[in-house]
This record gives sequence, structure tokens and C-alpha cells, in this order.
Amino acid sequence: MDLAEDAEAIAQRLTQAGLEVDEVTHLGTGLEGVVVAEVVQVEPHPDADRLRVCQVNFGSDRPCTIVCGAPNVRAGMKAALATPGTVLPNGLKIKASKLRGVRSEGMLCSAIELGLGEDSGGLIELPEDWLVGQALREAMQLEDWVIALDLTPNRADCLSVRGLARELAALTDCPVQAPDMPPVPAKSKAIMSVTVAAPEDCPVYLSRVIEAVDVKAPSPTWLTERLRRSGLRSLGAIVDVTNYVLLELGQPLHAFDRARIEGDIVIRRAQAGERMTLLDEREVSLDEHMLVIADTAAQPIALAGIMGGLDSAVGDQTQSIVLESAWFDPRAIAGRARRLGLATESAHRFERGVDSALQQAAIERATQLIIDIAGGQPGPVNAVRHDHPALNPVAIVLRPERVNHLLGTALPATEMQHILQRLHMHVDSVDAGLLITPPSARPDLLEEVDLIEEIARLVGYDALPVHRPNGQLATAAASELVLEERSLRQQLVARGWHEAITWSFVSLQQLQQLGLAEGAWPLANPLNQDMAWLRTSLLPGLLASAQRNQRMGHSDVRLIEVGTVFNRVDDQLVESRRIGFLMMGARQQEHFDADAAAVDFYDLKGEIEALIERNQLAGSFQVSAVAVPQWLHPGQGARCQLAGRDCGWLGQLHPALTEALDLQGPVWVAELDLLALGARRLPAHTRSSKFPAVRRDLSLLVPEALTAAELLDAVRRSAGGCLTRTVIFDLYRGKGVEKGWKSVGLGLIFREVSRTLTDQDVDDQVQAVLSVLKNDHQIALRG
Amino acid sequence: MAGASPDQAVLDQALASIAEAQDEAQLEQLRLDYLGRKGSLTAQLKALGSLPVEQRRQAGQVINITKQAVEVAIQARSESLAATRLAQQLATESLDVTLPGRRSPEGGQHPISRTLDRIVDLFAQLGFAVATGPEVEDDEHNFAALNFPEHHPARAMHDTFYLNDGRLLRTHTSPVQIRVMRQSAPPYRIIAPGRVFRADSDQTHTPQFHQVEGLLVDEGVSFADLKGVLLEFVNAFFEDELEMRLRPSYFPFTEPSAEVDIRWPDPNGGPGRWLEVLGCGMVHPKVLEACGVDAERYTGYAFGLGVERFAMLRYQVDDLRLFFDNQLPFLGQFR
Repeated sequence: MDLAEDAEAIAQRLTQAGLEVDEVTHLGTGLEGVVVAEVVQVEPHPDADRLRVCQVNFGSDRPCTIVCGAPNVRAGMKAALATPGTVLPNGLKIKASKLRGVRSEGMLCSAIELGLGEDSGGLIELPEDWLVGQALREAMQLEDWVIALDLTPNRADCLSVRGLARELAALTDCPVQAPDMPPVPAKSKAIMSVTVAAPEDCPVYLSRVIEAVDVKAPSPTWLTERLRRSGLRSLGAIVDVTNYVLLELGQPLHAFDRARIEGDIVIRRAQAGERMTLLDEREVSLDEHMLVIADTAAQPIALAGIMGGLDSAVGDQTQSIVLESAWFDPRAIAGRARRLGLATESAHRFERGVDSALQQAAIERATQLIIDIAGGQPGPVNAVRHDHPALNPVAIVLRPERVNHLLGTALPATEMQHILQRLHMHVDSVDAGLLITPPSARPDLLEEVDLIEEIARLVGYDALPVHRPNGQLATAAASELVLEERSLRQQLVARGWHEAITWSFVSLQQLQQLGLAEGAWPLANPLNQDMAWLRTSLLPGLLASAQRNQRMGHSDVRLIEVGTVFNRVDDQLVESRRIGFLMMGARQQEHFDADAAAVDFYDLKGEIEALIERNQLAGSFQVSAVAVPQWLHPGQGARCQLAGRDCGWLGQLHPALTEALDLQGPVWVAELDLLALGARRLPAHTRSSKFPAVRRDLSLLVPEALTAAELLDAVRRSAGGCLTRTVIFDLYRGKGVEKGWKSVGLGLIFREVSRTLTDQDVDDQVQAVLSVLKNDHQIALRG
Repeated sequence: MAGASPDQAVLDQALASIAEAQDEAQLEQLRLDYLGRKGSLTAQLKALGSLPVEQRRQAGQVINITKQAVEVAIQARSESLAATRLAQQLATESLDVTLPGRRSPEGGQHPISRTLDRIVDLFAQLGFAVATGPEVEDDEHNFAALNFPEHHPARAMHDTFYLNDGRLLRTHTSPVQIRVMRQSAPPYRIIAPGRVFRADSDQTHTPQFHQVEGLLVDEGVSFADLKGVLLEFVNAFFEDELEMRLRPSYFPFTEPSAEVDIRWPDPNGGPGRWLEVLGCGMVHPKVLEACGVDAERYTGYAFGLGVERFAMLRYQVDDLRLFFDNQLPFLGQFR
């Protein structure tokens, strides 16, 4: 086709049509100073065994001298000469210089040096008939661009040059001229018998025997060069041709060595456990989901649509070949290659859908190219066809008003019709609108909405109208009673915590070390063993973050994370949202006049208490030191309860773990379950007292075993209703206090709603408290 | 009584003494000396009774005026002494105000959650409610109901982590669409923020990342509405009128489908470059039908955006892997 646009403009157009362009490469860059040259004479270098001194004719009036180390340099060969001043694609600057005392006026190049291939073993050999002195770019038609596309799986029709040309023709509304591929007349009667035992998987199977081919015939440069530009290596004339036709037309072909097929070809599902060795020399085990090409000796000779077998492959000894051009149902191919760890050009196309009308043209094209290059006597095409729903064209009703409804457009039906015709669709008028028959190359077009997308694509997404949001607004506000995660996160950040996001994956070793492996779920296909299990707690991730920070010299750490953990409960996987805490290091930022102490249990507990109070969570918060989790210090850990329900734990990381993790402890950690934290209370106002409060401070001698919670509980139960608050203002052990006892400074604050309390009122209540403390708990006033 | 004047001799002496008083104690002593119960002026008042009646009135006035003058002088001196003392005290209390303040530790919000919050806020203003779903999903919600046929190559675009029981870690937030549509009747206007997983790890991919899914289904919703909402959002998020383009693309659960690019400004004034920021499309009729929604009556759009991408652009983070390293010097930059 004749395109008026340059490569960049075409790339832009393709991208905007949904065929995303990855890269546009100009081929000749760096080869401006490289010419076709003939090596006239080769002599040994006087001072170097591995170097040769060559006289090279490059079209100038006299040959130049080139020092060359390539093993294949010989008089009479045509080679590529980089003249002084050239900067090769790999950045090498060519200049005339002395090599071991002999002046070299340029360099003879290998394929890799020219950016034309992988071969670095010797000089690139140019065809003998090329004109000496001609610019290499011209001779190799390198004044060209390669446009690399990243196609979505629905656009299998563009996995070929032919398909792209059709697409570009539709996009630019200009005609495309398909090359003529006339049938190649049979020169022999040789035919391969074919039995299709799985016609639902393989309704079209064309084969052709070509006898007496010269498999060693070299592929012409135009062929290898086009393959190279498409990222394929040259692998001999026969394979090069099948690959070329695949790239050109989009039809994967396969060539078998005729002599290696015993009896007939049979297309069937594999048997479970059947094995075969593929072209890439891998032995694979098959099952009944896989389609194979076999011979009557019951031996699979190819994995249908994916890869040929090693045993039946065309090799140096091959004299006759069987060419295969088939159409496989994508459902019979899809996923199989991936399951076997294979990715082939053929499977890639068959999975996505090959044009079901292409097999005849492809086999004729390949036959012609093979006999042109490698000679041979073609037999007739043996076409085995069966009915298959996918082979019948689908007719889709397109309602023009639906198109406009979905796109927000006001396109006339005639324009839709024109667009679809540009895409090679057949258009009829019916009562409901237009009856559209897509071409066989577009198996992705099956229903009305597929056509609507095509219309949108050709109109251009950017040309479609924009409708800014307006209209009725629905409130999306959440309930005031919901404890919002974001609110928790933001509160804690304001209190000096850094929010972390750690991996959902952990290693089994991490979980086991912490005692968190019970109830953990493994991944079936982890990336690596460090990320093989789902986390059962936020603790491992926070500890790993603390380790990283400490290694970088940051030892004052306060991290929180809000995230999902995964646990087995009654053999079910249960996801829960949790908030994790980790704190270590200094309590405050260092200051000349501030508390320089390290954080301790009560810092962490205070943060949690503050969080619960700040959010007015329903129910009272309590901690107890029973059943302390095994990853915590047994004397400095606790379970948390809210409204009588377990809601998490807090405490010091077990010192043995701190040491094992190489952390400079103590490390304070906690985790709360967000579901267990429940809902917020809605504040309900009560009138506060206008009368003054009275405070009495008591200094008590308390048995060591009695906890603060128990002491305060006893005080509250024994005092009258006007005790509004208690405060522990002092805690002392040591000189003056017997072992087994502690001195507790306790403040009692009384207030009455309706009157001012008298001294007598308060004294009576204090006495009541003291007598209960004395009788029930042996607590006395400190003398 | 006009013309009565103080006893000048007494007053002069008193004023001189008051002026010499150096502190509150001395001043109090003077007050007692003149005005106290045994003070000299008090004594004079008491002695009035011994004067002849016709002199009493005159003498009394003189004493009272003198007394008042002494009181005023003492009060004035007291205030002046207090002011002096305060000034002296304040002078000793001066601080070096340039010394640093006493600080609690400073926290920081993770840039991913900050970005998520911002995205949720912007869509909440457009009436989108937040919906959530599990991170461990089944094939039905993650693929089948979203029109990914079994073995379809579109599944290969998602490198999926599986559990041993066949369930999987969701590869996108799209399954939340299915859950929402199966739980209630249309219309729907939701966004679903959350963590997703793909078995892919390199310079530009992490095995976990975050997405925000959007879904709006109602009567009469068109591609034009989708373009409008995305334009609104992108401009609001970046606080800039960025050029946006839509390119046709392919997702099994939307059609027409599009990738959205924005033109990212070049700081040097060049034309900028196109950056892919999200995927979107009109909800595929098969997806609506799989959720029991009448696909003829209702149409809708869906979109999905990568939170890491938006965070990197917004806050100039140049390495994806920083997000899950949780280094304090990194986290501390996002207050």
C-alpha cells in the first residue's frame, strides 16, 4: 500500500487505534560510512600471528589496506567495510590507525558490530553479486524502520504484516494491494494420507508433500534479513520459509521430514501419560487435553499448533518434506503451551485465533517460496475439511441507536456502515438496523458491542464527546459510628507514628520463629521462599522494617501498619483487618531539657488507651497478663479486651527474639483487630456538676500480688456514688517498704451533682474504702 | 471648708519618707507610722476632742486632707515598687528564644495511603461510595464473572498467585464490581480501593500493589460520561489541566475499552511525554448479565487505576521498591 505518512506518524496512528507501539527503530543508523567491499588480497601480518593484512577494494581508484583478525577473511569475499569517520551502532569510532606497526585504513565488520545479528565469530559474508562501493544501507535496504507492537490478545488479526496492512488501510481509508499468491501446480502425485480423529479441534488440515528439496540451499538475504528484523534467526531454508509465511500472513505452518512419518498422519487428542520430545529437545508428558499430530505408528510427531517433534523435524538428511497448514480451534490450544512452560509464535497465534480462510493461500505461498529457494517437486494439496461452527461467518445485528446510546454520539447509520466496510465487513440492512458479517480474520467480533468498539476506534476515542459529571448527587458519607481506618491512621500519624506498608507475604521461617505459623496458608506458586506464605500477623513485616531501619542507623522507631492478615479458623481461611504497632528507642526527640528515657510498656499502652478513648469506642478497655502470646516477654505482655471481647495483644517482644533478630531492644509491639474494636459510641450529653470536686490522697501499703486493676476495682466498689475519678500518683518499692509490698499513692476525687460535698461526706466515704481495703486485701495506710 | 489645706510640714516629711522607702516592708511601716491605729495622724484625729469646738472642724479637715495625701502617696509608691520589682524579676528570667523547642516524635503517613485517601476523597465528592472485597478471591469473581474464559490468553496477562485449594490472590480490584452488583440492585456508583497481587517482580513490578476500581452503572450512561469523569478526576488529582488521551485497548470485562494517557509536563518546557495512568471502558454486557443486571436497560463504565503510579507522579518517587521498604527517611517525607 502507498502510505504518505512517515514511520513515526504511522506508529502514532497505530497506537491511537489500540495497537500499542513499543518502539520505532531506524535500521540504518550508524552504518552511514559502511560500504560493500571486496577483499582482494590477504597476507600474514609481519608482527602478529592472528592478524592478517588485506588489500580491500571498495570502489575507490586504489584498494586500501586493512588489518583484520577475523578467521574467515579470505581473498575474493565480499565484506562490509567501515571507512574512517564511521561511528558504528555499538558506538565504536572508526579511524585510520597503526595496528602492530601496519596502518589500517578502516575496519572489516562482523554482523554484531554492524548491529545486524548475533554473529561475532567472523566477518559478515555479503552476496557475491553485490556491487563494490555501494553503501551497505542501500545494498541491504536498511533505509527502513522497524515498528514493534505490543498487541492485546483480541487482535490476533494484526499478528502478521498482512493483517497490519489491512488495519492501516482501514485506519487511513486507503486501498491495500495484497500480493498475488496463485496455486502452485502439482509436479508429482505424492500425497500424505491424513485422518482427523478430532474434527472439533481441527476442522481444517491441509498438507502437501514436496519431494527432492535441497534443505541445505541457503536462504536468500532478503529472507534472512526480514526474519532478522522481526526478531527471528535463520534456521535453514525450509524453516525460514514457514516462519516467513507466519509473519507475512499470520498462518503458522509446520514442515515434517516425510521419511520420519510412518504411515498416515492422524490428528487426535493425546493419551494421558503419552510422552514426546519436542524440537527444543525437551521431553514433555501429555494428557487428554492436548491435541497431537501423530503417525500410524502411534507416535506423536507434533504438539498441534504449538511445536513440532524432534524426531520428525527437517534435518540435513531430509529429502522430502510434508508441509502442514491447519486451523485449530483456539479452545484446543489455549493454555496448553503455558502449562508446559512453552511460548511459541505458533501457539501465540492459534490461542488467539487464526484466520480460518487462510490455510490454502498460506500453503501455496510457502510451496512457491520453497521451490524457488530449495527446489523440489510439489505434490497436490491434500485438504481435509470438516464442519465447525467457527468456520461459519457470524452475522451480527447492529442497532445504530444503540451505538449512539453507548458512545454518547450522534453518528448517522451511513457513517457507521462506511466505517465497518473499511474494516472489510459485509453490511446488509435489516429491520432492526444493520446486519454485519465480519471477515474471517476477525474472530474477536462476535456481538454488537464488539462492533460498537470498532466504530469508536475508527472514529477515534479522542473525537468522541465528553460529558462532564453533573446531575443528581447521592451522598456517599459513611456512618458516624464506623471506626474508619483512615481516621485511625491519621490520628496515629499525628501522634508521631510512621505508617508502614509491608508485604502480605512472609517466609515460613519468619512465622515459625515468632510462633505465628499455626493456621498460616502457603501459596501454591510463590515467587520465592521468602514470600511463600500469607502473613498471619502484621508483626513479621513490622519487625523486618525495624531491622532495616536499625541497619541504616535509625533506632528511634514508631511504626504502624493497617492491613489484612490471613488465618485458618475452623479450617476456613479468614481475612481480618488489623492495626500493628512497633515502637523502640527514645520517648521524645533529644532535647537539652527533656526526658531522655527510652519508651516502655506504659508508653505503648498509653497510645492504645488514647486511641480507644479518642475514638469513643463502645465498652471498657482492659488488659490482662494471662495467656501472654509466646512472642512476648512473659512478664511484660498482655492480652487486650474491649467490652469483654478479645481485641489483641501488646507488650515487649520476647528478648530471645529481639536478640535473634539482632535488634537493639527492648522492642514494644502490639496488634489490634479492627473488627473487635467495634463501633464508636455516639456521644450523648449529660449535664456536668457545677459544684467543686474534693480530692483526698492516700498512701497505701499494698501486697505486691494485688494488681492495680484489682485495687482500683475494690476502691470503686466500696466508695459511694460520688467517687468520680481515681489516680495513681505514686508507686514505690524499696527502702522503708517491706519486701512483698508496694507503696501506692492513690488520689480519690469526689464530686456530687446536686450539692457541695462536706468534709464529713468525704471522710465517711474514705473510711468506707479503707475499711474494705483493710478487711478484704490487708491494705493499710502507710504510717 | 473651701481653702482647707494639709499640714504641710507633716506632709512634706511623710512624702520624703515614702519616697525613700525601698521595699514593701518599709512602706508598710510608714503606713503604720502615719495611718495605723497608733499612727501619728490617727493620734491627731483622736486628739481633736481636746480642741475647742470651733477649732475642731478646721483642724479635722486639715488632718483628713493630710491623711488622704499620705494614703495616695503610699499607694503610688507601692505600685512603683511593684513595677520595679517585676521588672527586675523579668530581667532575670529572660530565655534564649532561639534554642529548639521540646518535641514529640514526628510521624508520617505512607504515600500510598495518602494517595488512596486523596483518590477516595475526590471520588466521594462525585458521589462514589467506597466498597471493599476480600484479598483472597475465587476464580469466579476474579476471572469468570468478569468475562475471562478459562484458558483465555487474557488470563496470561495476569500472573496469578494461587492457594493450594484453587483460590487465588486477587489480581485486580475488579472482583469488587461483581460482589457489589450481586449484592444489590442498580444503579451503582462505587469505588473499591485495595491491595492486589501479581506474580511478577522486577524494577517496575512488585508482587503486591494497590488499585482503585470505579464502577458506575445506571440508565443512559455513555462513554462520554466516562471520559468526563476521568478528565475531572485527573485534573483534580494533579491540580492541573493536563492533556488526556484515550487509546483503544482490551480488557475482557469492558467494551469499548481504553487506556488513558496523560501528557506529563516537561520541566524544561518541552512537549512533555504521554504516560499511561489507568484503564477503563464500558462495562461489558456479559459482566452485567453475569450479575443479573439487565444489560439493555442499564449501561455503565468501570475504571481501574494503579495507586503506586499516581503516588510516584504526584510525589516524584522514582523507585517503586521504596514503597515497601518502610525506611524512616522515606516515610518521614510524607507528613
